[in-house]
Amino acid sequence: MAEMMYWEAVRRAHDEEMARDPLVICMGEDVGVVGGTYKATSGLYDKYGPERVIDTPIAEGGYTGLGIGASFLGVRPIIELMSVNFAWLAMDQIFNSAAKVRYMSGGQLEAPVVIRSPGGCAHQLGAQHSARMEKVFMGIAGLRVVTPSNPRQAYGMLKSAVRCNDPVFINEHELMYNMKGEVPDEEYFHPLEGSEVTRQGKDITLFGYNISVHWCLEAADELAKEGIEAEVIDLYSLSPLDRAGIAASVSKTHRAIIVEEAEAPVGVGAEVMAIINEACFFELDAAPVRVSARNVPIPFNRTLEKAALPNPAEVVAAARRMLGR
Amino acid sequence: MNTDDKKRLLREMLFARRFEERCYEAYMERKIGGFLHLYPGQEACALGVMEAARPGHDYVITGYRDHIHAIKCGADPKAVMAELFAKESGCSKGRGGSMHIFDTAHRFMGGYALVGGPFPLAAGMAKAIQLKGGDEIAICFLGDAANNQGSYHESLNMAALWKLPVLYITENNLYGIGTRIDRSTAVKDQYKRACSYGIPAEQADGQDIEAVYHAAKVAVDHVRSGKGPYLLELLTYRYRGHSMSDANAYRCKDEEKEWGKRDPLIILRDQLIAAGAIGEDDYHAIDKAVIDEIEQEIIPFSENAPEPDVAELERYVLAENDPWVRPAAGGQQ
Repeated sequence: MAEMMYWEAVRRAHDEEMARDPLVICMGEDVGVVGGTYKATSGLYDKYGPERVIDTPIAEGGYTGLGIGASFLGVRPIIELMSVNFAWLAMDQIFNSAAKVRYMSGGQLEAPVVIRSPGGCAHQLGAQHSARMEKVFMGIAGLRVVTPSNPRQAYGMLKSAVRCNDPVFINEHELMYNMKGEVPDEEYFHPLEGSEVTRQGKDITLFGYNISVHWCLEAADELAKEGIEAEVIDLYSLSPLDRAGIAASVSKTHRAIIVEEAEAPVGVGAEVMAIINEACFFELDAAPVRVSARNVPIPFNRTLEKAALPNPAEVVAAARRMLGR
Repeated sequence: MNTDDKKRLLREMLFARRFEERCYEAYMERKIGGFLHLYPGQEACALGVMEAARPGHDYVITGYRDHIHAIKCGADPKAVMAELFAKESGCSKGRGGSMHIFDTAHRFMGGYALVGGPFPLAAGMAKAIQLKGGDEIAICFLGDAANNQGSYHESLNMAALWKLPVLYITENNLYGIGTRIDRSTAVKDQYKRACSYGIPAEQADGQDIEAVYHAAKVAVDHVRSGKGPYLLELLTYRYRGHSMSDANAYRCKDEEKEWGKRDPLIILRDQLIAAGAIGEDDYHAIDKAVIDEIEQEIIPFSENAPEPDVAELERYVLAENDPWVRPAAGGQQ
């Protein structure tokens, strides 16, 4: 098993799938000649040519719709939205066309398109380049939403998503492309549903996804020093959420903290708490808690920006409070 | 287009007119619910263009005024009417409705209800055709008002840039819902707008099916020959309001009367009568045959068709048993 960076894992998945099937294409702003803002498609333009590695105009609604239309005829486009903030401009096509076409055609037509995009907050990118939009995507029937927290998942989920017949939104993270991790040398397919127990524990469950999994792991290390065994669950699939996995862990630890990089309202945490209430309320020894971003547009000032976002120390503090420490 | 073609098209057009009028009645009887956008007045557009194209071979996509486009592509009118009646036997299994007629077996890729939504989808289908190397073309029918959406400009730009085999038809019926074109659109001649993207375009009389056919033939040949996209504007008029919920109070009676004189059905009928190909009696006989087909076959089929099963409410949201949702790590599927 070799170590590779997140972007290399995404690139490898592109390359293998494009080599296998001539109808797999990739498209987006600067994905071709430039090789992608985060290098996720580097080298593919020279290998597969401009017909299959398509530098698009800056017209998110247009090229996303074009990719979806191509998928109607069996093409498997991997669309890169350079920043998830730009996805707002493509929402009509993602929601009204890709997510609904199977249903409103009575199962005749499908849109097997992959849309991948970095979300999350990086450093001082300001309010319009710091959106965390997973909550928006996960509310739409007909769309799968996954969010890889490491290179292995990034590789394996893109491979599965390309072959899956549903539209899949892959929520990546601007700060994670240079993260290193082990990826199997052989071909590997990661599930698009479920969750992963990233760390076993018995005292409290920390639910994270994407970058917040790492905050949870950091917090768990800290808590371990105090004799608290935190379980960390990676909710890599946001739609559908893994009800059974959530309930199993809470039934074991009886305490839950959901850590999300996004603002709390109508978010992943709210949804996980609802599932806990529905599925395992009587297993709880304490009211579940969310550690979320503050509900503000992300400020430019670095101090304000950091204050707007959750961090491992807040997770540790929340866990201590919950356990009466 | 010879006389036999025109006689066949007269029947098709009469069928389209009576089908839509019958939809109106069924709506008033509350047999059809939801939104209903009818096509009378514009029939020569869909029929004439598809006469020049290859129905069932070329990929067609349109907006919500879609019944006749689907039927001309080859959809069974019984399945279309049953869809309007929201039945399981409907072409979209009662899940779509009037605005979402689909018949992919005949490459009618659907009616879409967001104005301008199909522009990029059509370009994408054309991209797929180009990648696969087929001789099909993608045809996108939308109204003049859709051309004010950003999706129009984004799609035309990409279609021209990549020489995609897509034909955009603008059925210019002068109104975007209830707003007249000169109150919404800076350039009234829609074909002129295509030149921003270097796309060849033409304007034709959308009420004379022969004129539509000849203009469409040029357009279709251009696109099929690999020269890239083309835009054809057809000047037309809808006799009814935008939808059934539209009282149609924004148009003056004189204008409606003027366009009434240019009814595509009357124009075609009179051409055939003038040529001695049919008489008045023949016209009425065709009309009667068409109405009989609707009343004796299509309506009873739709009324008697089964309702969708509530137990299947959640079907078609996602693919069923897709192996890649929970694959084995090595992916042996």
